[in-house]
Amino acid sequence: MSDSDRSAKRSAGMSGGRLIVVGNGMVGQRFVEALRARDHDRRWRVTVLAEERRPAYDRVRLSAFFDGVGAEELNLHTPDDGVELRLGEPALGIDRERRVVLTAAGEHPYDALVLATGSSAFVPPVAGTDLPGVFVYRTLDDLAAIREHARGRRAGAVIGGGLLGLEAANALRLLGLATSVVEFAPRLMPVQVDEAGGAMLRRYVEELGVTPYLGVATTALRPGPDGAVAALELTDGRTVDAELVVVAAGIRPRDELARAAGLPLGPRGGVLVDATCRTADERIWAVGECAAVDGTCHGLVAPGYATAEVVADRLLGGAATFPGADTATKLKLLGVDVASFGDAHGSTPGCLDVTFTDPATHTYAKLVLSDDAKTLLGGVLVGDASAYPTLRASVGGPLPAPPLALLAPAGGAAAGVGALPAATQVCSCNAVTRAEIDAAIAGGATDVPALKACTRAGTSCGSCVPMLKQLLDAAGVRQSTALCEHFDASRQELFDLVRVRGIRTFSQLIAEHGRGRGCDICKPVVASILASLGTGHVLDGEQASLQDTNDHFLANLQRDGSYSVVPRIPGGEITPEKLIVIGEVARDFGLYTKITGGQRIDLFGARVEQLPQIWRRLVDAGFESGHAYGKALRTVKSCVGETWCRYGVQDSVGLAVALELRYRGLRAPHKLKAAVSGCARECAEARGKDFGIIATETGWNLYLGGNGGFRPQHADLFATDLRTDELVTLIDRFLMYYIRTADRLQRTAAWLEAMEGGLDHLRSVIVDDSLGLCADLDAAMARHVAAYSDEWRDVLEDPERLRRFTSFVNAPDVPDPSIAFTVERGQPVPPRGTPPGAGADRRRQPVALGLPEVRR
Amino acid sequence: MSTLTMVDWTVICPLDRLDPDRGVAALVDGVQVALFRTGGELYAVDNLDPVGGAYVMSRGIVGCRGGRPTLASPLHKQVYELGTGRCLDLPDVVLRRHEVRCRDGVVEVRLRQEE
Ligand code: SRM
Ligand SMILES: Cc1cc2nc3c(=O)[nH]c(=O)nc-3n(C[C@H](O)[C@H](O)[C@H](O)COP(=O)(O)OP(=O)(O)OC[C@H]3O[C@@H](n4cnc5c(N)ncnc54)[C@H](O)[C@@H]3O)c2cc1C
Ligand code: SF4
Ligand code: FES
Repeated sequence: MSDSDRSAKRSAGMSGGRLIVVGNGMVGQRFVEALRARDHDRRWRVTVLAEERRPAYDRVRLSAFFDGVGAEELNLHTPDDGVELRLGEPALGIDRERRVVLTAAGEHPYDALVLATGSSAFVPPVAGTDLPGVFVYRTLDDLAAIREHARGRRAGAVIGGGLLGLEAANALRLLGLATSVVEFAPRLMPVQVDEAGGAMLRRYVEELGVTPYLGVATTALRPGPDGAVAALELTDGRTVDAELVVVAAGIRPRDELARAAGLPLGPRGGVLVDATCRTADERIWAVGECAAVDGTCHGLVAPGYATAEVVADRLLGGAATFPGADTATKLKLLGVDVASFGDAHGSTPGCLDVTFTDPATHTYAKLVLSDDAKTLLGGVLVGDASAYPTLRASVGGPLPAPPLALLAPAGGAAAGVGALPAATQVCSCNAVTRAEIDAAIAGGATDVPALKACTRAGTSCGSCVPMLKQLLDAAGVRQSTALCEHFDASRQELFDLVRVRGIRTFSQLIAEHGRGRGCDICKPVVASILASLGTGHVLDGEQASLQDTNDHFLANLQRDGSYSVVPRIPGGEITPEKLIVIGEVARDFGLYTKITGGQRIDLFGARVEQLPQIWRRLVDAGFESGHAYGKALRTVKSCVGETWCRYGVQDSVGLAVALELRYRGLRAPHKLKAAVSGCARECAEARGKDFGIIATETGWNLYLGGNGGFRPQHADLFATDLRTDELVTLIDRFLMYYIRTADRLQRTAAWLEAMEGGLDHLRSVIVDDSLGLCADLDAAMARHVAAYSDEWRDVLEDPERLRRFTSFVNAPDVPDPSIAFTVERGQPVPPRGTPPGAGADRRRQPVALGLPEVRR
Repeated sequence: MSTLTMVDWTVICPLDRLDPDRGVAALVDGVQVALFRTGGELYAVDNLDPVGGAYVMSRGIVGCRGGRPTLASPLHKQVYELGTGRCLDLPDVVLRRHEVRCRDGVVEVRLRQEE
């Protein structure tokens, strides 16, 4: 082949054609997404050959399967009409001469081939590993089989005390098995932590009831009478009972296709590729765990994603190269924070250790410093890994603060960021230095999203985000506030993340963009965001655990633990028949009734198990229960208007009813109230509402940003003499823009006050479409209106959800005995005074007003 | 032998009735107990809100602070550490804990004797 031939072929291969991807795991999927996102001209036709029968799922979160997280929730794959995914059709061979991949179904020709076959579990050659009851821990099918076999069994063991082994041990524990871990090395997680860290880890593990056997190997697995595994024999002669065994002794790259096709392999296996992730065959590439980049395989997902980005870029003519792997690991194990980075084991000649052990808080930390104690080389943190982002970024550079200050729990690390030298790599996923971040800040980036947009820092694993914020702080930039200790993003940023990335669950959001398990601040916020974006019923799956108690039981909690029900009465208009039904329901269930300030009737004193029965009666009579709780539309109040009033100029009741029905169920950063008055006398108090409408001779005037409550505020005139359809469009956009951009618990008045340019800016966005958002906002509202469903009726129709509405899980027929009433003015009310269980001096707590907290 | 009467374990429900991070209330020897499953652990505490005085703790939001699992009262949002029962927002307020375990896929609770 001549040189010109070769280069012609190369450019043909690069410019497009048929692309085959072998493997639809985490990295294969990421690769396809990265390619499709950039391949605007659709130069590549993509076929993915997948061995597993389900599309790509989040293997890193595999263990969540035992917490009830199903395959759908772990799913990473989104259908794409430019990609053909062939599930359950593994590649069997590659014919490089003819450029085809062989499968049981036939041949797939390629112009470019990407291997993304991942790894398989390494099973050591020990007698008995083929017995029933012995498993590996790699796929959803593996976990399903483990769960099945665990039923009715009592003891389990894991071979391997590394990251994966301890994760598996926790799973066995969760399945109710007495669990042992056998590790050949003298400590747990030998790759990540040093001896002292391992000792601390061992204490944690033992406290959780897992028995470690360290410094021993398994010589054989022995069956019991039923033929399944029953025990392990160890090198020191001991025997460990185990009716279920998980082998987690390491992984091996799946390089069998490459091997058979005669491609060179890495020194310890894996498909050998150069820094561009290309094999010796210029049409064949490898990404993820199966790739030996410059000879080394990486068993973590972040370096895998980096290879995916490199190949996507290369196939479209780019010049990306593998940025080098970050082997730092931060793990959440059995609820224990463990992190290691850099030269964690102090293998650099002459290096010094600084260690810190606090038995009281169960924390251990070690920093490895250069021989002059000036340069940070690496470290290990167990128990508290909050200093991890700063420390990791400081590796190879001078210490940003004295070692002890850095290791002191919380805060110390943040203080040191200002001292990081310019060349420090802040974001290792995207190779961004402090100098680049500072330049972006100087160029006008004022918050983390802006830094992400212009430097790409923080856009991959996200662990550098805290440092981005600290660098903004150090540069004196005042920033938007983090939501809580679990999310560095504000509500608005989270909303965008959820919307743009199509995130459907809290677990996914916190795994990818937060930390820990969440709290009473972030969970309801995320629940509201998910609901605003229409992710199904508020009590579906995990979403239920995020809700405030009111949303959880779809009613308002009262001081004695009972609930109130407020049937929706749109616009305050109600027929005599419906009034009678409300009266009958209140009478039959012994409820206290009161007319609310929002033109409806509140029924108080219902126990949880009564709620569905009450809803049933209401639904049958044509009502739905309404939101008097929840950050959602409350009521659209009306005056009687032209229908009866001698001054009225428009049908204010008709409009109020229509608006209440349009926006009911809409989840927002705070509650939303509205009103419509039939003339300028304003009997509906529309100017005290988030959006208020006042009739004019020729149409409607729209007022925005009013409220009563804690800090009363009159709404401002936004637009005049609107037709009804124009009015509705403006309100749609106003609400959707508010929902997308407001802070947690920020009502519309405060939101407008904080908005730069105020009403004028809002006008430019929702009237003149200056941001090009209007079509989006309109579509979002159309989706809300179309998807609306009566939440209360949905519960009645679903036995799974209904089951929660009992006072006691073990005594579903027993009503809560603590709820009892006395009579006041002829109606039942909870007894006054100190309830039996309360500390007398503590009962009067200051009322928690729903105002946003300012943190730091 | 001490004069303490031995209290027995009470069978409550199958483990899968406890959704992760979502509490339930149970009656154990006449005492209202709130049960939680979070981060792979089981916790049992009094259902009585020690501040608000209503039996509502099972309906609080489960979360974590500084890596430790917590429970927020649904009445006025005081946060308690599930592991110790300590209130993180008010000094000297404690939520009583009980013993809980899972055997053969079944959750069992044993009331803790008064200290
Ligand atoms: C029932 C009702 C009082 C009544 O008996 O009339 C009421 C009751 C509650 N109000 Fe209200 N508000 C009621 C009308 C109002 C009004 C008047 C109105 O809507 O026209 C206001 C002032 C107008 C406004 O909001 O702009 C009002 C300002 C508040 C505030 C302060 C809001 C603020 O921005 O400062 C709160 C606290 C909050 O939401 O964080 C609040 C919170 C509450 C809560 C939800 C407190 C709670 O969490 O338990 C009460 C629920 C009671 C329940 O269980 O049903 N309620 N509340 C009224 C229900 C109206 C309805 O049908 O939906
Ligand atoms: C329980 C567990 C916990 C983990 N936790 C972490 C963690 O906390 N942090 C971290 O960074 N990493 C973690 N990992 C590792 C992480 O999951 C992997 O790094 C990542 O999945 C690698 O992606 P991949 O696409 O290269 O391989 P995989 O995700 O394994 O995907 C490879 C796919 O290719 C398929 N395949 C193989 N051969 C063929 C063939 N011939 N034809 C068609 N298809 C084929 C396989 O069936 C598989 O579906 C964990 C892994 C496990 C199992
Ligand atoms: S606002 Fe005008 S139309 Fe409505 S009731 Fe009052 S006076 Fe009548
Ligand atoms: S270090 Fe992973 S995104 Fe920056």
